[in-house]
Amino acid sequence: MRITNHPLLGPQPPVNLVPLEVDGQVIWAKEGEPIAAALLAYGIRLCRTTKRRGEPRGVFCGIGHCTDCVMTVDGIPNVRTCVTPVRAGMKVTTQRGLGQWPNDH
Amino acid sequence: MAQRSLKGIAVVGGGPAGLMAALTAARHGAAVVLVDENAEPGGQLRKQIHKFFGSKAHRAGVRGYRIAQELISDCTAAGVELLGQSVVFSLRECTLDLLQKDDAFNLKADAIILATGASENALAFPGCTLPGVMGAGAAQTFVNLHRVLPGRRVLMVGGGNVGLIVAYQLLQAGAEVVGVVEALPYLSGYQVHAAKIKRAGVPIWTSHTVLEARGDQEVQEVTIAAIDDHFHPLPGSERTLAVDTVCLAVGLTPLAELAWQAGCRFCYQGALGGYVPLHSDNMETTLPHVYVAGDIAGVEEASTALEEGAIAGLAAAAAIGCPVPIAEFDAAQERLVSLRKGPFGDIRQLVKSEIVKRWADCRVVE
Repeated sequence: MRITNHPLLGPQPPVNLVPLEVDGQVIWAKEGEPIAAALLAYGIRLCRTTKRRGEPRGVFCGIGHCTDCVMTVDGIPNVRTCVTPVRAGMKVTTQRGLGQWPNDH
Repeated sequence: MAQRSLKGIAVVGGGPAGLMAALTAARHGAAVVLVDENAEPGGQLRKQIHKFFGSKAHRAGVRGYRIAQELISDCTAAGVELLGQSVVFSLRECTLDLLQKDDAFNLKADAIILATGASENALAFPGCTLPGVMGAGAAQTFVNLHRVLPGRRVLMVGGGNVGLIVAYQLLQAGAEVVGVVEALPYLSGYQVHAAKIKRAGVPIWTSHTVLEARGDQEVQEVTIAAIDDHFHPLPGSERTLAVDTVCLAVGLTPLAELAWQAGCRFCYQGALGGYVPLHSDNMETTLPHVYVAGDIAGVEEASTALEEGAIAGLAAAAAIGCPVPIAEFDAAQERLVSLRKGPFGDIRQLVKSEIVKRWADCRVVE
């Protein structure tokens, strides 16, 4: 959930909210924030499931290193959501396994 | 692949060490390009909302994110060129390969300063891969920088400074911290940070560890237990806590891939987080004109990273022919040594001296 008022940082400065489509549902995200932050704001913590066992994975390192938070973004699989900024109208889907490239059959 | 040649210094990493290195070199007349992976430089300073302490020379009383803002505007004023959203994926001699958005190009410089920082350690236990188990630093980024809570009820694992500070900052942001678990019989973080969470009534369990996290698709509960002198769990001491988040603050490891790739010599130093590139007291590695500064050279603190950055900036500027008064080296060295005092500092000073000695030995052999 969002921190609207912070004792040190004060109220959230004005931001530009943009729609972000997550598994077909539209949520509102701050333009430019990491995709993972927009998802956490709605309590969405599952980013992908593993290839063999289908185990759930979410954000772990938050600096783009561990790749646990990768999702399929605008059709491109394995996008690190913790370091990829939100743009208006992006489509994000929970990734199964290694994901699928648009040209894969 | 497009190529670019720089008559000057390329700095990799825009945290405290990299910003200070770039600023110092630019102020001594070097042309400097600062490369950073993120949309904005500042590294981990950007999420440090607590006041630094120590001496005035080390910006005591200033909050970390303000230090980043100051350094960035000073760098801009000094003519440093900032290359944001650029990932460096290889280093050969003094040539970097970069990926900027979707464009790859290489950048050849006269000297390189690696200030790539460190990454948080993981901890293995059943359920450690469930969504909701995350690095404490990662949680701190979401809370302080992006103003999003990663969860409502948090267990903090690790009673060093990172664990204590992030536990307090989670409270400030409105989360509930159900406790702090520390495997050692004492907290290794500063008393001032421990006091803040103790005053808030957060339980601190020393000589305890996390046994297991459980949940359907994400963390719903965690089991902790007391441990004996050999870190073995004591049967019957288990307790289960309802949490949705487990933060791990169990140390950091230098991010030194580029130094490995370039062929720098290394040594293992547990007190500094793992393998670190051998370096002189001027921060030069075993490769000519390749320097390191900050956590890549051994995990310490932002204040030491700033001073190592200053020294690397001076040394690299001098190496490419900029006039640098020797007194400035001496002053920077003195400030750095003053930061490595006390029970934790003494160990780091000793280990750093060992690294410098090993660096000198390499130089003689080769």
